[in-house]
Amino acid sequence: MIVAVFGMSLGMIALFVGFGLLVGILFGFFGMGGSFLVTPALLIFGYESTVAVGSGMAFVFGTSVIATLKHRDLGQVDYKLGVLMIVGTATGIEVGKEIVVHLQDIGLAGSIISAVYVLLLGGIGAFVTYEAFGDGGGGGLEHDVDAEADPDDQDIPEIARKIQSYRVPPMIDLRGGVTVSLWMILLVAFATGLLSGFLGVGGGFIRMPALFYLIGVPVPIAVGTDLFEIIFSGGIGSFLYALEGGVNLGIVVPLLSGSALGARVGSAATSIVDEDEIKVYFGIMLLLGSIAVAIQEVGNALDVEVLRTVSVVVIIGAALLVAGAVVYSSVRSLRAPTPTTSAAD
Amino acid sequence: MFGIESLSGPAYAGALVGIVLVEALLLYVGYGGLMRAVGPSVKRAIRGE
Repeated sequence: MIVAVFGMSLGMIALFVGFGLLVGILFGFFGMGGSFLVTPALLIFGYESTVAVGSGMAFVFGTSVIATLKHRDLGQVDYKLGVLMIVGTATGIEVGKEIVVHLQDIGLAGSIISAVYVLLLGGIGAFVTYEAFGDGGGGGLEHDVDAEADPDDQDIPEIARKIQSYRVPPMIDLRGGVTVSLWMILLVAFATGLLSGFLGVGGGFIRMPALFYLIGVPVPIAVGTDLFEIIFSGGIGSFLYALEGGVNLGIVVPLLSGSALGARVGSAATSIVDEDEIKVYFGIMLLLGSIAVAIQEVGNALDVEVLRTVSVVVIIGAALLVAGAVVYSSVRSLRAPTPTTSAAD
Repeated sequence: MFGIESLSGPAYAGALVGIVLVEALLLYVGYGGLMRAVGPSVKRAIRGE
């Protein structure tokens, strides 16, 4: 019956559920990677671009709901910060889109956007990885996301300390014992939104590190709050694509069945895996992602189909590798003699 | 599919997003129950207890 309803074979449904599980683990763990992985894969499966993007967005929306609920259970969502980020991001996206329109008018949009996308993915990936290794493994924030925690006791990134030092009222108290000026939060949100709108991407890979390195909130809260914001962007995006017939439930339902479990696993893993390891995996994922996007852009420029396929293989291979590493790290942490796993079910 | 073909425009789009939201919530609750049922056993097995 279900085969007839979805109009696809059981094998295809199983593939979608398995792929959803994989993406869900990464999405719950990093707060990014949904449309980054799903849309190219759907394009490879032969779906037209509107359906690939729209269904990918609806899938991201559903998965972000599940992942956010799990992070909420772990006390890792700052709703106040999330709402402020939404306001600043929405404004930034509009400005980013205007820049794209201007670049299109002068015929430079495609090449500049591609170059910035690759450089940003690679640059953030390299920075996060270097910084995590540079810590010597001991300088990262702890998993303790206690709202009463003393920020002076934590290793807040230097840039975040600087931003927190601009005490322009009103000051906002955030989870993790962080206090930041409202205007600084809106400025960071605007900047991440501008990049997101300019590149035409969800922006989780920009927002999560921005929340940690610029605002100074602990990584698990950065992931949880980023996911909270994605509920709104994903929901609105899904609605807009659904108006154009771009959301195919036959794709979204099986993908979400897998990602719902993966998102729980990935979200729970953020509370048991060492924070520096999270950063290393995040950095590796972005570095491999930048290579995949670069290959894809070369393929598009030269119109070589095999390069586009290689790009998808690289990105899915990276996803498999990193998701496997996350699961391995979680199992290793659970086996460690000093468990910190009470909330990680 | 799901009996929403008769809808159109914003109502259809809203119903699609609503179905995705309801599925997400049902899966969250369902997998949550599953985790509570088998999670402790799985964790004990991983720890080798």
